[in-house]
Amino acid sequence: MMAVSSSRSSLMWVVHITVFILVVMWTVPTAGLFISSIRDKDQLSVSGWWTALSVSEQRLVARSEHPDKQVFSSDGRYEIRGNILEHQDSSITKFGSSSLRPDEFDVGVVAQLKGGKTLQVLENGDYIYSSPEQWKGKRGKRIFYTANIPPRFTLDNYREVLTSEGLAKSFINSLAVTIPATIIPILMAAFAAYALAWMKFPGRALIIAAVVGLLVVPLQMSLIPLLKTYNLIGEFFGVGSKGYIGIWLAHTGFGLPLAIYLLRNYIAGLPGEIIESARVDGANDFEIFSKIILPLSFPALASFAIFQFLWVWNDLLIAMVFLGNNEEQLVLTGRLRELLGSRGGNWEILTASAFVTIIIPLCVFFGLQRYLVRGLLSGSVK
Amino acid sequence: MADLKLTNVSKRYSNNVEVMRDINLDIKQGEFIVFVGPSGCGKSTLLRMISGLEDISGGTLEIDGEVVNDIPPALRGIAMVFQSYALYPHMTVYDNMAFSLRIAKLDQETIDHYVRKAADMLQLTEYLDRLPKALSGGQRQRVAIGRAIVRKPKVFLFDEPLSNLDAALRVATRMEIANLKESMPDSTMIYVTHDQVEAMTLADRIVLLSAGNIEQVGTPLELYSLPRNVFVAQFIGSPAMNILPATIYACGETTKVNVAGQTNITLPIKTDAGEKNKTAQFGIRPEDLQVSENGDYVISGNIEFVESLGESTLLYIKADGCSDLVTCKLQGILKFKKGDDVKLSASPEKMHLFDANGMNYREV
Ligand SMILES: Nc1ncnc2c1ncn2[C@@H]1O[C@H](COP(=O)(O)OP(=O)(O)OP(=O)(O)O)[C@@H](O)[C@H]1O
Ligand SMILES: [Mg+2]
Repeated sequence: MMAVSSSRSSLMWVVHITVFILVVMWTVPTAGLFISSIRDKDQLSVSGWWTALSVSEQRLVARSEHPDKQVFSSDGRYEIRGNILEHQDSSITKFGSSSLRPDEFDVGVVAQLKGGKTLQVLENGDYIYSSPEQWKGKRGKRIFYTANIPPRFTLDNYREVLTSEGLAKSFINSLAVTIPATIIPILMAAFAAYALAWMKFPGRALIIAAVVGLLVVPLQMSLIPLLKTYNLIGEFFGVGSKGYIGIWLAHTGFGLPLAIYLLRNYIAGLPGEIIESARVDGANDFEIFSKIILPLSFPALASFAIFQFLWVWNDLLIAMVFLGNNEEQLVLTGRLRELLGSRGGNWEILTASAFVTIIIPLCVFFGLQRYLVRGLLSGSVK
Repeated sequence: MADLKLTNVSKRYSNNVEVMRDINLDIKQGEFIVFVGPSGCGKSTLLRMISGLEDISGGTLEIDGEVVNDIPPALRGIAMVFQSYALYPHMTVYDNMAFSLRIAKLDQETIDHYVRKAADMLQLTEYLDRLPKALSGGQRQRVAIGRAIVRKPKVFLFDEPLSNLDAALRVATRMEIANLKESMPDSTMIYVTHDQVEAMTLADRIVLLSAGNIEQVGTPLELYSLPRNVFVAQFIGSPAMNILPATIYACGETTKVNVAGQTNITLPIKTDAGEKNKTAQFGIRPEDLQVSENGDYVISGNIEFVESLGESTLLYIKADGCSDLVTCKLQGILKFKKGDDVKLSASPEKMHLFDANGMNYREV
């Protein structure tokens, strides 16, 4: 008795710990991605996202005002005054005038530089650069400083990726691919699954066997023949070789075997007496399907919808084969890949883009996940 | 009008096993017919053939003189109540009952009228907005019955409707079904059960099936007092009838038999001379046996064990000359104990005599 209960409770612990680890493994990177994407790009490049809430120390460089702005002061020196801080909430701790020793002087000190020049930088960023001779040159002088910068969050990254990087357009393109490519196979599969589960016709077993066989056909193997066939047929109907119809059909085709297989198993498991009862009540096959089977299969439809949606949303291969690379057709995954190449160093761009990409899958998952666990059948049969 | 006529109906499944043979049955309008029989004998199959859910492999089924073999269930004027209730789990009680009417495209007012009337009759009015999962077993069964009633069918088909209910509820629902029948005297009802109490109490006529054949059709008391053969005799009545080996030694207006090589008995049954010296089967119901008072007895033996049920006492007796235990049901609480010797007698009218093939010597 003791042994049973202790092994039961240790099993509980294993379950709890596993769940905890899974939650951490899933949540932490997602949170990191999100936090990174809303951080200021300068802070993002010098410190990790987990320091996002603490004050960060940054070494920066600024230029003084243009020599035109110099004034001749009462003690006979030429002075340039101004403020080097972009944001007023930061504070400067050190400064310097040469790139070799950027933190040579403490803040507030009047630094004696060569040629009798002096530089003083205050904590709030105000500086006085003075020289016995008149300032020359076309540009301001460089001032190196180390500043403590408080955490700063911004939506600028998102604004930038959505507008100038073209992510918004790709987002729409991805939706235009994914929504039909999810709904079409589910509808077709639901009809097929009902027929294969509950209608008697010759050759039914063969069709089921064929569907199971198609489950194991590798996608890569069929891509090129499929594209060729599509182009041939497309030519006949005058449809271009790259377009949304093609990718919808392709995803439908690749999704159907699994959809039919899963839904058939589920629908075949519905109690036969409910269907017979509907038949006695006068319903024909279509009414049985739409009024009884569809509502009862909602959990199965929802779970397959999640799978198909995520798979299509995250797909790159089929999109590359069946869609063009232009602004009108580039999907999110393709855009991300391009950004990785062209803006590989700009983490703020990449993290914001990545988060834009995962936001829809997250919504779909959280919106539909309750159907995965809800037992719609309770109460119909004893 | 809803007469049913089954002529030479048979059923073969794809594996070519014939599960029903040559079923001939006439059912009059307004009758309450109960199919009973051991598990697997084909009660459900026969019912489903009548409903149209199962094809009829041979013979004809007529409803009101019209052959309906190829007519779909919905057009046969039947309604069916399933053992598992088969309610639509995603619809409220109201929608469950309205389903068939909506399929038939009746107008909303008529639907509402029929549904409320049925709900009223079955005391379901306060549950109309609930989903089936929020109902008790008995309430679910009533909804299933209500769903059948609203269609105003000519024939109601019930497939073991009470077998999922507990004992108390079963009795209550049984009475409800009896009331339902009384309130709709013109509808024909066919009811499948393997519970013989349900069969005896509800049926106008019982159809007793075994292994795909009809063994006997008759009123409950006919089957009880005049079983056509040993199978019927043993199936109807609880505990089952005792069957003892016997030999006929004199025939005529009355028949003299020797039971189990022990006692000689004269039965008021007419037999032909040709039956003399044949082995036969002597039958006596446990409740027809008494403890012998005057020394005459049919069976003697000693008690193997005793079951006291309060209202009655069951004795299981190792009888002289027979291998099976003989059961005896006596009224009241009696002080018998294991190992006692008893002698049991019975009135000759209550005795049954079957031939070697199990057929009753009395005219059925
Ligand atoms: N689809 C089928 N294929 C082959 N044989 C079947 C099929 N369905 C039923 N049978 C057989 O038909 C016979 C009758 O079955 P049926 O369901 O009518 O029995 P039943 O009398 O209703 O039994 P129970 O009291 O257990 O419900 C059984 O022997 C069963 O094995
Ligand atoms: Mg059955």
